[in-house]
Amino acid sequence: MVVVKLVARRLIAAVLLLLVLSLLTYALLALSPGGPERALLGDRPATPETIAAIRAQFLLDEPFPVRYWHWLSQALTGDFGTSITVRQPVISMLSERVNVTVTLALLAAVVTLAVGIPAGLAAGIRRGGRLDRSITLVSLVFLSFPPFAIALVLLYGFAIQLRWFPVYGTGDLSHYVLPAIALALGPAAVLTRHTRAAALQVGEQDYITFARARGLSRFGIWESYLLRNSALPVLTIAGLIIAGYLTGAVFVEQAFSLPGLGSLLVQSVTQKDIPVVQALVLLSGVVVIVANLLVDVAYVIVNPQIRQGRA
Amino acid sequence: MAQNELLPRGATADQSDAFTGSVAAAGRKRTPRARRPALTIAAMIVLGIMLIAAAVGHWIAPYDPALQNVGLGPTGPSAAHWLGTDDLGRDVLSRLLEGAHTALIAPVLIAVGTTVLGTTLGLLAGYRQGWLDTMLMRLTDLMFALPGLLVLIVVVGVAGGGYAISVITLIILGAPSDIRMVRSVTMSQRELAYVDAARTLGIPARRIMFRHVLPNLAPTVVANLLLSFVFALVALAGLSFLGIGLPAGTPDWGLMIQENRGILDINPWAAIAPALLITITACAATLLGDSIYERLDAGKGFSE
Repeated sequence: MVVVKLVARRLIAAVLLLLVLSLLTYALLALSPGGPERALLGDRPATPETIAAIRAQFLLDEPFPVRYWHWLSQALTGDFGTSITVRQPVISMLSERVNVTVTLALLAAVVTLAVGIPAGLAAGIRRGGRLDRSITLVSLVFLSFPPFAIALVLLYGFAIQLRWFPVYGTGDLSHYVLPAIALALGPAAVLTRHTRAAALQVGEQDYITFARARGLSRFGIWESYLLRNSALPVLTIAGLIIAGYLTGAVFVEQAFSLPGLGSLLVQSVTQKDIPVVQALVLLSGVVVIVANLLVDVAYVIVNPQIRQGRA
Repeated sequence: MAQNELLPRGATADQSDAFTGSVAAAGRKRTPRARRPALTIAAMIVLGIMLIAAAVGHWIAPYDPALQNVGLGPTGPSAAHWLGTDDLGRDVLSRLLEGAHTALIAPVLIAVGTTVLGTTLGLLAGYRQGWLDTMLMRLTDLMFALPGLLVLIVVVGVAGGGYAISVITLIILGAPSDIRMVRSVTMSQRELAYVDAARTLGIPARRIMFRHVLPNLAPTVVANLLLSFVFALVALAGLSFLGIGLPAGTPDWGLMIQENRGILDINPWAAIAPALLITITACAATLLGDSIYERLDAGKGFSE
């Protein structure tokens, strides 16, 4: 019962957030220089007839709520209009490129988990030791290492000097290795620090001391207590990490010339292709909000304290 | 208790209790304690050098940063050009020195703006509570739910670039985390005896907030200032890396990475040097901010 109530509350909050986001997204049209007609016309000649046609098509003479509702209801069916520069439905442009970004993000997630959790646990268990200090320092460096700078160093080292990986473009999975690493290292540093903090906290619990006293092996303690009990705090930053991939992908795709959604955003922003920008903003907002919602729900379900109505 | 934990921003509160901390401290040699100041000092020196470069870079640059030598083209490091030249034969070192100014001034401006806005609102929300607090918390919730850098790219890009809009957007994007931090520290200060005493003496709330509570927030404020600086530095460099915000040819670190990434095989320094400078500056500021947070955390453990 408690769970249902909490999940329902989170769900309502997520829907409200999505509404606010869609309003802000729609407002982009008004923000764009030259006004909405100009933004929707693109490079077509602005004869009075075409302007009138555009005004009629996009209900620009109607009051704001009507216009907004018109746009939103179309967007909900996946119709984001037509790109101004390419004259192609926005939705088909997105679906052409979504694979690149999803592949990149999935690979990056694998790297983040494979690096962040072991590093954080190792640091947390050997607290204050040399390993802990090195890991903490390295994670701090990667926390301030912008993805585009990492991308550049990786490109130079592994693609140009060592020639292990291709320099630019798409193709087989080898094209994604360096971009995925560039995208993953920042989030991995965040994950390392959270895992370390969680492991420290768990490590100080009496049941760990007791497990040690009982003579359980270090590995046994790790496996059955530390890993499991550190999972909860780590889960809470999953939303943050996914948001990190979204923004990171913009820079990394640009650095490696990958034709994904991130480079599409840069391209459409510089060309003021508002319908494409709107679709991308709404999409990324949906991803972040849904990810946070899932994390919240998972947290409620996993955490026995909340499940039983305490805390 | 003396805990040297490097933790994510704002995640220090759920740390261990004093008892186990001090046992751990007594049981082990506290080498980290001796090491930390060395790193902090190194960070200060790095930041100092960067600030000097930003101040005098224009005058000590060996060449005019805009001087082209198309016949020379891109070359690797040499005696005449320590960090080589870029595509148009411009001296990379001179462009880096010239760029230090734009790279650092705007982030400093943004950091100050963010801190003033965040501290004022956080102080008000934490001290007065009530509707203002509720409203601000909803607002920060909303802003935390949006990917900040994407908002920046879209707003600055669609509005057609420009210095002012980048600065204002970054101040607004950076403020929520400051508001949260300052608010939570204010709320814990509010319960202390000196605030009660001041209130009993009939000192007006505004005076208590800004003359009595604010000085006690100084470490938080300074740490926030540094971390806002890092956020702004990386965000602005990222924007110009994407080619948004600045006209082509400006000697800007982010833009240099973008423009010179095609000549990585001829003169890697043209792109890697600005990337490393951004990273080193960001690292130093993060390190310094972190060490202040740590001291704050240690101090909190002591006073409680």
